Amino acid sequence: MTALIELRAAGKSFTGGTLGRERKVALEPFSFAIDPARPGITAVVGESGSGKTTLARLLLGLIRPNVGEVLFKGRAVHRLNAAGRRDFRRSVQAIFQDPYEVYNPFYRVDHVLTTPVRKFALAGSAAEGRARIEAALEAVGLQPSEILGRYPHQLSGGQRQRIMVARALLLRPKLIVADEPVSMVDASLRATILGSLRKLHEEHGISILYITHDLATAYQVADRILVLYRAAVAEAGDVEPVVKTPQHPYTQLLIGSIPKVSTVRDWAVEQKQADRTVTAAGCTFADRCPSAMARCLTATPPLYQTAPNRAVACFLYETAPTLAQGDVGRVLVSV
Amino acid sequence: MTTNDTVLRVEGLRVAYDHPRGVVRAVDDVSFSLRPRERFGLAGESGSGKSTMALAILRMIKPPGRIEGGEVWLEDVALSRLTPEAMRQLRLAGIAMVPQGSMNSLNPVVRLRDQIGDALADHGERLPRRALTDRVRLLLSQVGLPAEVADKYPHELSGGMKQRACIAIAICLRPKVIIADEPTSALDVVVQRQVMETLGRVQAELGAAIILVGHDMGLMAQFVDRLGIMYAGRLVEVAPIADIIAAPRHPYTRLLIESLPSLEHREGLRGIAGLAPLLRELPPGCAFHPRCPLVGARCRVDKPAVRAVAPEATVACHLA
Amino acid sequence: MLSYLRRNRSLVVGAVLLGILILFMVVGALVVDTENAQPLSVPTLQPPSWDYPFGTDRQGRDLLAVMVAGTPLTLWIGFVAGFIGVGVGAVLAFTAAYYGGLVDAVIRGIADIGLTVPGLLVLIIIAVSLKGSLTVNQMAIVVASLAWLNPTRTIRSQVLTLRQRGYVEIARLSGMSGPEIIVRELMPNLLPYLAATLVSSVSAAILASIGLEVLGLGPIDSPTLGMTLYWVFFNAAIINGWWWWWSAPLVVIVMVFLGLFFLTVGLDEIANPRLRRTV
Repeated sequence: MTALIELRAAGKSFTGGTLGRERKVALEPFSFAIDPARPGITAVVGESGSGKTTLARLLLGLIRPNVGEVLFKGRAVHRLNAAGRRDFRRSVQAIFQDPYEVYNPFYRVDHVLTTPVRKFALAGSAAEGRARIEAALEAVGLQPSEILGRYPHQLSGGQRQRIMVARALLLRPKLIVADEPVSMVDASLRATILGSLRKLHEEHGISILYITHDLATAYQVADRILVLYRAAVAEAGDVEPVVKTPQHPYTQLLIGSIPKVSTVRDWAVEQKQADRTVTAAGCTFADRCPSAMARCLTATPPLYQTAPNRAVACFLYETAPTLAQGDVGRVLVSV
Repeated sequence: MTTNDTVLRVEGLRVAYDHPRGVVRAVDDVSFSLRPRERFGLAGESGSGKSTMALAILRMIKPPGRIEGGEVWLEDVALSRLTPEAMRQLRLAGIAMVPQGSMNSLNPVVRLRDQIGDALADHGERLPRRALTDRVRLLLSQVGLPAEVADKYPHELSGGMKQRACIAIAICLRPKVIIADEPTSALDVVVQRQVMETLGRVQAELGAAIILVGHDMGLMAQFVDRLGIMYAGRLVEVAPIADIIAAPRHPYTRLLIESLPSLEHREGLRGIAGLAPLLRELPPGCAFHPRCPLVGARCRVDKPAVRAVAPEATVACHLA
Repeated sequence: MLSYLRRNRSLVVGAVLLGILILFMVVGALVVDTENAQPLSVPTLQPPSWDYPFGTDRQGRDLLAVMVAGTPLTLWIGFVAGFIGVGVGAVLAFTAAYYGGLVDAVIRGIADIGLTVPGLLVLIIIAVSLKGSLTVNQMAIVVASLAWLNPTRTIRSQVLTLRQRGYVEIARLSGMSGPEIIVRELMPNLLPYLAATLVSSVSAAILASIGLEVLGLGPIDSPTLGMTLYWVFFNAAIINGWWWWWSAPLVVIVMVFLGLFFLTVGLDEIANPRLRRTV
């Protein structure tokens, strides 16, 4: 398969501090590919600092990896020529977290919809362009008459975010990277917006990369899941088994910390306030892990393939075979 | 509830904003009471008026907003009758607030120890250095922070630690009521749990009542004893938490609970159709009627009054 | 619009002050004979009277005519220099801020070095080395040569803050190119800030020109405000008690600077929504 977009052992780190001596790893190298022939919804779950936003920006070509490569249709993203770049922008689109920041306050909201129509020549005439825009707005549940001609500050956060989904739909990309699309939107609207995303996948075969810290919505919306912790992949696989029988201690902690609406008031899993000293080479979770062994403090576990559709980066599973090249894509192929 | 049984009583509170196009009622005739040591949740989405409510209780509404009417009693002191100086003393000492995003409002150039010292000094407790250090250490231990944190600056602490420091400031004068406005919204789910457990422990030790303002129903379910739901500036339902979860009376409450994604079955997500109304363009009758699945003829015309339906439950709906 | 003006008092005060000056210049040009701004036109050293409302100076200039003729010249120098300064500065600033890297480092480096050199000193050296006396337009160019340094830096900072905004990233994802993003996305949001920078740049240019003129390095034959002050000092008018000679230009200069200052404050409030005190 020629992947649409592929992370090949790619990672990103930032230098800082005086004379650039400090190095902060934003994402440890791993491999991952989106196959256009088998579109799916993949959730990337992690907290702040987990590297999920870095992953999004690498895939969108907004930043370059220090290690490895990001490839679009087999060619490195940053070396694409003008035509290649156009194809890339046409195929990979994004929805960002903040529905306020993505609108230029100087223009009406029509601007974010008319610009791609114009730049990618999606319509032959102004009337056709307008028709396409209206159809996209209606497809996400908005009334064009209530939206077009308005300024961003006149619309609610939920409406603005839905316009962004409509914009993504206009371009009919192969992949939409949605970075926390509903975390700044009211709870009652999240279902509508996530529902529109799911519809984009089901009706148009668009792959979605749903990046979030909210495991519950990830469970409901996605087919496969990637759990990131402190810049590295902790666990990956089909969403049902990962959520129901998490293998990585961090995933277990995450699921246990989610407040549940049940009449029994408890927060299930006990938290460990461990203060072991971990060396830089050890597992990033070792200082909080209830199952940490001596080994975990000095070595970083690779990804072990514990089932055809499951991978875990934990020494508890070292009897399983390792995933070559940290190629998480191998276990994310269900549907 | 009898007056000796309540630590905070809000009656008919109304907050209005003067907008060029008319008067906007951000809080419309809200009444509820708080027992000592009780955990009360105030849930609602953006624009529901819950944060304005919290500010109104502390009489911190700034122009162009104003408190139009109603009264707030702390034990038996009517807050509207206090002088501005007396009210200032009451804030933090009687009712303390942990505002939204407070961890970002810590003074970046002052050490934590001095920030707590400032709070104490402002209320007449000017402690000598030794006594202050001890008091700060005690406060920090109450919120589960190590003593070294006292000498640190805010940027040296993580989000969860900063939020717990804000809780420490809020409890330093042993208030009777703590209002926490979205204390964990910027925090990750694991840290959120730590902070909420800290808040609960602190509240129990102090014997204080707590009002948790937020929109995360799951969090409310885990933390509060009684829950109030706000919509378009009104308190549309109040009930003990177990009752609200098991048998919500107001259609909005029911839809809110149903919209929570479950971790048990993959049944898809359910939302609430439509949009929350703009407070300056409220629909006639019940503010929720355009989105209500059970809307009836009366709902479009008559604004439902808040009725008591059980010893500790009220609801504002014609159909409940 | 009107209600906003009622609340943004600085803008109104600034506009009124400058309006009075403009009125003075326009009406004055129609009523007063500006030929009398040249030396040897009228009796010397007359205190203010009905014939000569502002009095006359030692070289026989009618000071009212001098004010009417000279104020627009001074303002002209300021505007030309200010516009060139902000124009050049804006182009350099947008380029440096958007492209970053080497381009930014070079532009920023030149501006930084230029800013550390004492501006007046440079202007003096330039003015002294130009042969013959300057015309008003040459004066404007001399001042403009340094006027772009500060705007480059300040506008660059503003653009840098905007560059990271979500809508710039969306524009990139929509296929817009670099220059297009600068012009279509960044520029419109900076217009209020550019206006405020322009006004303060004009103000600085006027100050620089007056500074040079007072030292005698300006257009000697022109009755600009600064040159008038030069003659005031040259003739020791203050010690000699010819108070009317220096009062007139002083009042006008104060009005110019106050007017521009209040205008800047008013524009700042428009440019920075956080400064707005009301909705």
